[in-house]
Amino acid sequence: MKTYIPNKFIVDRDPERCIQCQVCVNQCSFDANYYDAEDDEVKSREENCVGCHRCVVFCPTQALTIRKNPLDYRENFNWRPEVIEDILKQAESGAMILTGMGNDKGYRVYWDHLVLNASQVTNPSIDPLREPMELTTYLGSKPDKVELDSNNLKLKTKLAPQVKLDIPVIFAAMSYGAVSINVHESLARAATEAGTLWNTGEGGLHSKLYKYGANTIVQVASGRFGVHQNYLDAGSIVEIKIGQGAKPGIGGHLPGEKVSSEVSLTRMIPQGTDALSPAPQHDIYSIEDLAQLVYSLKEATNYEKPISVKIAAVHNSAAIASGMVRAGADIIVLDGFRGGTGATPKIIRDNVGIPIELALASVDSRLRAEGIRNRASIVVSGGIRNSGDVAKAIALGADAVYIGTAALVALGCTLCQQCHTGKCAWGICTNNLTLTKRINPDIGSRRLANLLRGWSLELKDILGGMGLNALESLRGNRLSLRGIGLTDTELKILGVKMAGD
Amino acid sequence: MSGNNTFSLKVEELSHRALNAKLREAVANGIQRIELREVYGQRYIGTDLNKPVQIEIYGTPGNDMGAFMNGPSIVVHGNVQDGSGNTMDDGVIVVHGHAGDITGLAARGGKIFIKEDVGYRVGIHMKEYGEKKPLLVIGGTAQDFLGEYMAGGTLVLLGLNLKENEGHKARFIGTGMHGGVIYLRGNVEDFQLGKEVGVVEPDDNDYTVLQSAVGEFASYFDYDAEELLKGKFLKLFPLSSRPYGRLYTH
Ligand code: SF4
Ligand code: SF4
Repeated sequence: MKTYIPNKFIVDRDPERCIQCQVCVNQCSFDANYYDAEDDEVKSREENCVGCHRCVVFCPTQALTIRKNPLDYRENFNWRPEVIEDILKQAESGAMILTGMGNDKGYRVYWDHLVLNASQVTNPSIDPLREPMELTTYLGSKPDKVELDSNNLKLKTKLAPQVKLDIPVIFAAMSYGAVSINVHESLARAATEAGTLWNTGEGGLHSKLYKYGANTIVQVASGRFGVHQNYLDAGSIVEIKIGQGAKPGIGGHLPGEKVSSEVSLTRMIPQGTDALSPAPQHDIYSIEDLAQLVYSLKEATNYEKPISVKIAAVHNSAAIASGMVRAGADIIVLDGFRGGTGATPKIIRDNVGIPIELALASVDSRLRAEGIRNRASIVVSGGIRNSGDVAKAIALGADAVYIGTAALVALGCTLCQQCHTGKCAWGICTNNLTLTKRINPDIGSRRLANLLRGWSLELKDILGGMGLNALESLRGNRLSLRGIGLTDTELKILGVKMAGD
Repeated sequence: MSGNNTFSLKVEELSHRALNAKLREAVANGIQRIELREVYGQRYIGTDLNKPVQIEIYGTPGNDMGAFMNGPSIVVHGNVQDGSGNTMDDGVIVVHGHAGDITGLAARGGKIFIKEDVGYRVGIHMKEYGEKKPLLVIGGTAQDFLGEYMAGGTLVLLGLNLKENEGHKARFIGTGMHGGVIYLRGNVEDFQLGKEVGVVEPDDNDYTVLQSAVGEFASYFDYDAEELLKGKFLKLFPLSSRPYGRLYTH
């Protein structure tokens, strides 16, 4: 069938600058650049270009410009080029459209409608360069009250297991299989250096990364890939994954081509078979069942580790979260609809779930109203882009945030949304050995640790500006936020006042 | 307590947490045999012991018996509830009775033998890698979704309690199956099988597998293995290791 799908991008190669070195040919994993031996000239197959900009960055003479094909159809706000393209794809394949990364639609980004406070006159701001600033965060269930022994002032209350973070930013779950081993190693090493955590995702933990266990969250999802006693013992937190923001209610299909021999060893399934994660966990059909798995994992780890439960942010998140806390979760993770993924049906990604800002605010309010907020830490994810978003999330009630996409961008990702193809030109979301070499864990971990260092400095500046010297004072402190350009209902759900009020 | 290497306990009203703490301690002290009497629904027995200890259970253990289990051999003189052998790694479970839903869910190794019937969704997403292959043998029949999403391992359904000409009733057997094998003794109709499974008569290799699986089953429950093997067996296998390859475009 002749395809009617037009090129999405135009590859402009400036003949004045191009030295025919073929770097772009080698860098492009989508076969969009090639060397024409007959004409002795580097050329492009623009229909293959996904706009990842790998060639642009690596071209030694800056000869390349990638531009969007304007697709100047007759203007129509309803039938936009993307809509037309999707229909054509389905007419030509009869299939669901698969994509990568998170919801890219123009829904309101609430972070951009929230602003933070600062001290002026009535209370002094603090200079973090001169004074100590505390970002330390402990994840885990907190007691209803604490008792001290009056003789030696030691704590009498027995605390539930806690995990210490030097910065309240954790690397989100990205499975080995979806991303490469070099990405996992980069994340693990950066988390260790920065005193925070990374998350294995649902594909198991490669044996060479067990040594980073103290900084590792091990995930248990519906496929139960690579889940065994050593794995559960390796991490410092065990996370039950119920759902993720990029595909609430949907299972995962890691395509057979991504199940290489190493991936198959870690997941403990044969090479080349699809790794199918069923949509539900079949031992969890209710809150009572969730409690059963939570306690099953507590028993399996002798009550020594916090058990986390992750859900996608959906309409009834607040009620669900209350059930999760009552089911014994020590940490609850909410993943908003902008959360990324290695593969998801596009229609689900773009239409299911709610923004994390609203989910966080309503969950925090609900747990407070029920008097159980202390029983679980809240970690949020799904579109956290910078330390400003982190500070706002903490003020809305989060204990910490997960970053996935931001971490991949630090490694080179340009959000070309081709993660599901296994051809990622940046070597991130692939298990093709020539491509995975593009991430060098020495450099990758440096880039990630640098990012966290930068955010940590900024967070301290933000706190200092507000006259606070500990992140704890910002946590759930919604008075430090004001809304801009929001309706009364939005302000009410967020629990913040309008700017100027 | 009795015997040098045996730890025996009347469980009665102990919570699962207290019970499992005692078991952990016993195993840490080198106990090799554990005898639990008057077990009334305590969950997670056998979890986090990680040694090849023998556990005899009298009574009815609760859900998730042997969840994430790695090593122990559990014999239950009675019935078990849901989730026995959930994500089990290694060890043996022998049940002289029937078992509830999701028995052997996501098991990745070890063996489970159930004398009588099992509930719904049994053996879902069992998987295997190399030498690690879980085995689940059921003496009676099963409810719907047996072996759904199965990715590896061996499941044997013997249907010993079915009457002459009475077929299995389970539907959606092997839906989404993409690895492993199910041997079924007795009749099923096509509509009871998932779209992703094929059906053939077992060949000699299959009978070698069956002989050892059914032989072990028979030895626990005093059956004559030869007799059991005389029944008519069907082999259900995945038509593809990638059943959902054609669902997507990019
Ligand atoms: S490397 Fe990326 S941007 Fe460059 S031609 Fe290939 S697909 Fe297009
Ligand atoms: S991870 Fe790779 S394939 Fe996915 S969006 Fe980023 S650059 Fe593209």
